[in-house]
Amino acid sequence: MRLALEAAFWLLALASHWLLPEQLPLLGQVWIVALFVLSLDLLVGFAGVLTLGHAAFFGLGAYAAGILAQQGWGEPLSGLLLAALLAALLGLVTAPLVLHGGDLPALMVTLGLSLMLAEAANKLPGITGGADGLLGVEMWPVLGLFRFDLFGRTAFFYALAVLFLLFLLARLITASPFGLALRGIRGNARRMPALGTPVRARLVAVYALSAAYAGVAGALLAQTTQFVSLDALSFQRSAEGLLMLVLGGLGALYGALLGAVAFTLAHHILSEMSPLFWQFWIGVALVGLALAGRGGLLGLGALLLRRGRA
Amino acid sequence: MLTVLVDGIASGMLLFVLAVGLSVTLGLMNFVNLAHGAFGMAGGYVCVVLLNRHGVPFVVCLLAAALFAALLGLLLERVLYRRLYGRDHLDQVLFSIGLVFIAGAVVDWFLGARQQLITLPAWLSGRIELGFVGIGVYRLFLIGLCGAIVLALHLGLVRTRFGSRLRAAVDDAVVARGLGIPVERLFAVTFALGSGLAGLGGALGVEVLGLDPTFPLKYMVYFLIVVAVGGANTVLGPFVAALLLGVVDVAGKYYVPQLGAFAIYTAMVVLLILRPQGLLAKAAAR
Amino acid sequence: MFRSVPRRALLAAGATGLVAPLAAPAIAQGAAIRIGLILPMTGPFASTGRQIDAAVKLYLRQNGDALGGRRVEVLLRDDTGTAPEVTRRLAQELVVRERVRALAGFGLTPLAFAAAPVATEAKVPMVVMAAATSVIVQRSPFILRTSFTLPQVTAPIAEWALKEGIRSAATLVTDFAPGLDAERVFKERFAAGGGQVPLELRTPLRNPDYAPFLQRVRDTKPQALFIFVPSGEGAAVMKQFAERGLAEAGIRLIGTGDVVDDDILNDMGRPALGAVTSHHYSAAHDSAENKAYVAAFTAANPGMRPNFMSVGGWDGMQLIAEGLKSTNGAGEGEALLNAMKGKSWTSPRGPVTVDANTRDIVQDVYIRRVEERGGQLWNIEFDRLQAVRDPGT
Repeated sequence: MRLALEAAFWLLALASHWLLPEQLPLLGQVWIVALFVLSLDLLVGFAGVLTLGHAAFFGLGAYAAGILAQQGWGEPLSGLLLAALLAALLGLVTAPLVLHGGDLPALMVTLGLSLMLAEAANKLPGITGGADGLLGVEMWPVLGLFRFDLFGRTAFFYALAVLFLLFLLARLITASPFGLALRGIRGNARRMPALGTPVRARLVAVYALSAAYAGVAGALLAQTTQFVSLDALSFQRSAEGLLMLVLGGLGALYGALLGAVAFTLAHHILSEMSPLFWQFWIGVALVGLALAGRGGLLGLGALLLRRGRA
Repeated sequence: MLTVLVDGIASGMLLFVLAVGLSVTLGLMNFVNLAHGAFGMAGGYVCVVLLNRHGVPFVVCLLAAALFAALLGLLLERVLYRRLYGRDHLDQVLFSIGLVFIAGAVVDWFLGARQQLITLPAWLSGRIELGFVGIGVYRLFLIGLCGAIVLALHLGLVRTRFGSRLRAAVDDAVVARGLGIPVERLFAVTFALGSGLAGLGGALGVEVLGLDPTFPLKYMVYFLIVVAVGGANTVLGPFVAALLLGVVDVAGKYYVPQLGAFAIYTAMVVLLILRPQGLLAKAAAR
Repeated sequence: MFRSVPRRALLAAGATGLVAPLAAPAIAQGAAIRIGLILPMTGPFASTGRQIDAAVKLYLRQNGDALGGRRVEVLLRDDTGTAPEVTRRLAQELVVRERVRALAGFGLTPLAFAAAPVATEAKVPMVVMAAATSVIVQRSPFILRTSFTLPQVTAPIAEWALKEGIRSAATLVTDFAPGLDAERVFKERFAAGGGQVPLELRTPLRNPDYAPFLQRVRDTKPQALFIFVPSGEGAAVMKQFAERGLAEAGIRLIGTGDVVDDDILNDMGRPALGAVTSHHYSAAHDSAENKAYVAAFTAANPGMRPNFMSVGGWDGMQLIAEGLKSTNGAGEGEALLNAMKGKSWTSPRGPVTVDANTRDIVQDVYIRRVEERGGQLWNIEFDRLQAVRDPGT
């Protein structure tokens, strides 16, 4: 049953290419956002580390891939790899600062670090293009075969493939002893050492992993839009990512995907119907959901299923 | 030099009045209310509408702004916020960001998206020259008024029965409840008070911070910095943090404009790493 | 048919939006010509979008929704002003899904940059109605501009300041491409005429606080302060200019017209009086076309005064209409682009031409002073430079 649902989800994702052939640019971005939310889920949902600054890794990945291509090496996969490495490195370096106090300090330190990075990007126009954005990003075809096209077909498959592979990896990781240790830490960090789990090391590792995922998502955005702006590092991106995660359901990989899909599509439909007042309806939906229940959309869905059976 | 210092103190004090409610919410009910700035915005718009469209005197506008925001706070607390106490922090984030979106859209709907401007009464505009330094009259007014509020809050918290109950509830809500302190009602009142102060701050800030529908999001980061650096359990902590933030911000922009906002963010991160529980927090606090 | 559905209906429609099907089928309504309008309708630069949107609606109301004999439908999209990748995606969608004949709007430079490759690849003309960095038109051979460029309007004020005997001026600009354009051109022209620039300040694009910057200007005591800030920001600068007592210290305020934006000029109050700026449009421009335009605009949008952004939108529609007319409504892609190149007409701002080679606008630039007329503040033009081109980069 579970497996069937999972297969259905991915088949539907793939089929959306033919179901909504005119929406490919949007769907391509949905997969990228989903990957970003997935990275947040690894950190917030599984390990219980709060962050308001995850855009730092997303933006670093975006600028890394963008600058690599701008400097004349437009091969997409190596761009992803570079972005992942750099983001993971930044994660390793900053993890000790973040995993230092409680919830609120963690929120604020991550926020502060991401704001510092955004300000640095703003103040180094020679490298990043500053507030004007990074221009002249020229991508080569994916695998030397598929050119990024106007219809967003290549971007769609490319982003979906990367999302799928990294999702499988995340699924393996969360089901491994490492993943179980993380859940243990989230449940009770004080008792885990008694089981022989090095809490600190596990948290640093998942922080770097999550950073790498976010970096890849950023790189995907840079490559598929062939443009990077300061928006990639913005506080709004971190906050929206968190919103989508809570919306979908924390600590479940599909919750992250569902939240990203639902939020992005709702945002798109509403802002198209009402370019001036779409924020009102998003706000109402968020408040309603927060009041309604636990576990986000996924929790709501499970509840409905259970009621349906009873 | 002195001008920069005075400017910094004035903007720090304003920030404190805007943010102190947030720190109480967080300390007392452990509620992450990212919509706090929306009450500031509400106050700001009340002030603008009364002043510009109806020619109400500025001081009356300020009072009306505070009152309106306080009532709005009370209403929302009773109807909505109450339902989310004790829930997951992230649910609260979802809820309060939703409120921010709604507030922005509602304001936009009635009053448009552009910057709102007010003209201060003559007795508050201009500047006075003290020897070599010139200081804006309005900045002095801000310092005086906000200083009085800080003093009143501090004394209120230390001297009154309400204050001692509040402190007890902040220290340990469970025990306080056990002692018969009506924590819920206490909180409703405090929430209204915090919202009212934010409304006052928003009205005072129209001239200095500007006002448009993005106000709550724009300054959310600043409010959070004040609360996080100051610590959520005192009045003095956020006050010192706000002053520090104001002075560092203004001085940074004056002396090293190339750095931009870098100065504040660095200061915040360093402080948080050194004192994760806040500036003045007792080492043993929770 | 232009989407002039009242706001309330839109809100109500939004309520059902969550369940609406994603791909609202693109109904072929008698093959109307579609134009994609991408503007910041929310966020910090919403005022730009509102002005242009209002002007576009007004143009269609006055000229009928049939341009070149074909019905025209404008599809408005919000890019929030700060997210270039959204602008790009919207452009892509409008081209691919809605099959628009032309893209228009583009509130800020980075947004125009991001969308430029889409115009090139899809071969769809892209009419820039607001963004004002010089190089934008070079980003794609399909870009045409109906707004202005900063070098175009900055050079005249530098010359005027020299003529007035001002020999030292500080500059204060917003730290992004148009601001840097303005700073560079002002410095070049001013220095070439023997002027000195003792202080150059750049404020951040987002969440600027002008107080400390203006305090520095006051402490430096130049004869004048040259200012460029994006539309909508002028009031905040003006407040600080007054509070810091710069006028009393003998510092004159000069700049491009962005700082005394007509939309909010009245709210700035007395501190704005006497500011001298150079720009391509003032709502007080003395011509029959402009009087009619301002009257119609104000009647349709109570409480709003058209500013230079709105006139960019108005002329953008005019350009598209001219292009469609020349091609009898059949123009597409390069044909439509070529039909639009080299067009001239009399705009509310005065005579304008879209140069056939550069695709950039050639227009008169005026020197204006803020004065009070009939209880309101206006930018009163007192000098004019004819047919100014973008001096280039």
